[in-house]
Amino acid sequence: MLSEKEKNEIETELKQYEHKRAACVEALKIMQHSRGWVSDDGIHDLAGILGMTPDELDGVATFYSLIFRKPVGRHVILICNTISCWVMGYNQVLRSLNERLGIGLGDTSADGRFTLLPVPCLGACDQAPAMMIDNELYGDLTPEKMDEILGKYSWERD
Amino acid sequence: MERPLTQHMRPDGKALSLQEYEKTGGYQAARTALKMAPEEIQAMVKNANLRGRGGAGFNTGLKWSVVPMGDDAPRPKYLITNADEMEPGTFKDRMLMEGNPHQLIEGMIISAFAIQAGISYIFLRDEYRTAAKRVAAALSEAYDNNCLGKNIFGSGYNLELHLHTSAGRYICGEETALLNALEGKRAIPRTKPPYPQVSGLWGKPTVVNNAETLSNVPHIVKNGVAWYKGLSRSQDGGTKIYGVSGRVKRPGLWELPMGTTIRELFEEHAGGMQDGYKFRCLIPGGASTEFLTGEHFDVKMDFDSVMKAGSRLGTGAMIIIDDKTCPISVLYNLEHFFAHESCGWCTPCREGLPWVEKLLKAIEEGQGQPDDLEKLEMHGEFLWLGKTYCALAPGAMEPLRSGLKLFKEDFERHINEKRCPYGNGRIF
Repeated sequence: MLSEKEKNEIETELKQYEHKRAACVEALKIMQHSRGWVSDDGIHDLAGILGMTPDELDGVATFYSLIFRKPVGRHVILICNTISCWVMGYNQVLRSLNERLGIGLGDTSADGRFTLLPVPCLGACDQAPAMMIDNELYGDLTPEKMDEILGKYSWERD
Repeated sequence: MERPLTQHMRPDGKALSLQEYEKTGGYQAARTALKMAPEEIQAMVKNANLRGRGGAGFNTGLKWSVVPMGDDAPRPKYLITNADEMEPGTFKDRMLMEGNPHQLIEGMIISAFAIQAGISYIFLRDEYRTAAKRVAAALSEAYDNNCLGKNIFGSGYNLELHLHTSAGRYICGEETALLNALEGKRAIPRTKPPYPQVSGLWGKPTVVNNAETLSNVPHIVKNGVAWYKGLSRSQDGGTKIYGVSGRVKRPGLWELPMGTTIRELFEEHAGGMQDGYKFRCLIPGGASTEFLTGEHFDVKMDFDSVMKAGSRLGTGAMIIIDDKTCPISVLYNLEHFFAHESCGWCTPCREGLPWVEKLLKAIEEGQGQPDDLEKLEMHGEFLWLGKTYCALAPGAMEPLRSGLKLFKEDFERHINEKRCPYGNGRIF
């Protein structure tokens, strides 16, 4: 079941488009924002109001890297693995995250605090290596900076 | 030196408000344009030789001129800003949208009017969250001040402008895949023809232009064709937002005359290599362009000159590769990106790119076979222009084809010595 808040936000998005299905990416993101991820039930509920079949909507949802069809941690780390960041020390940054969180790419830490995912070029090549946590961009990363950055992220969901 | 796109930006990088933008002369060009004939604006932009800044370099006014005009034209028509900036090494549109979103909005109003579009979208990549906030705030200011909506500036012209944020796929930057994405479908490319200008979003005439391209338009209208062409050091009009990244002293972005040389960008603006590193080669315009070397330092960074040198200007975002980075692993990194971002729609791209990626990984890890190079060359042919639906796979082959020639010795050493001579060995 969609919450009233989710419904209202999706209604606002629907007004921007001439056809309902055009708002599907926004609708998926609204659900993900409130629940952390998009479940099978979520796909069914959204498909109804978008005039799509659940399979059609799932086809779109699974196409995008940043629509999560599995649960993720309370904070999502997107580490840029593309050329400029990679030349500038992606491997060291990744290793320091692996060590501190005890997880590899695609995993969620045992305490449910972080999910670590690779992302193509973040458009922060002048401050490579870079990563994003939730909505925040961090550049010129070194392993030494990692504790302070990770420490900002609470154990509770924002 | 004039820097029309960036000279009024705030030193702290925060967005100019509507009021601040208007103080610098903002929205004057839109007021002028809405009194002109749409075809007159099209001709101006065409004669200014503003070429598409997303990488293809097509003349913008010429692109618009194919749109059906007049009372019988299908409606609504659409204008879309392609701000799905995901070309590796490229970060110019982010700066333009974060620093001066009204400049883009004004460019869109003028451009939409020039093709008589009634609805427009900014298609923004999901990771640009700061840009999204600032563009959304600027849109609401623009609506509140009659820059958008009904009867803009009392001209009788109506335009709706919406922000669409995507969810992370490089292919959405391909203009026909972008249209499918906006229609709520999987973002796979469409066959051309029909071209979007004739049959685009929902089958209606649609123009898709890059964010930097559209940000140029107000300045052309305000200052004229001769002035705009005079900004450039080449046949292409205007300035260009160039970027340099990699192991240089001062990575960054600079707005400079179109046709500034590689040497000036690399040595003067980016400060040359960091201490302890030597220059090996560069990719001039994002991941999908051929490598250039030190012998190309005097090449001008404009569309025709870089093409003549055997590569492409692309997005004008130069990536510098240093001597300590293994060139095979560079290629692996690039092809990993392309393989991951293939939409999977056409077979050569879906099957070919992962194969290329696997071959490069094996070579880098010391497990390459002598005939691997032939296999890579074969892919360079079979994934080339004309073999695929869109330009993703041919773009992926540009660095590979040039890398196979340029790094031949490195390839052979990896295969013969069964190891990476740079001691990299492991990549991800």
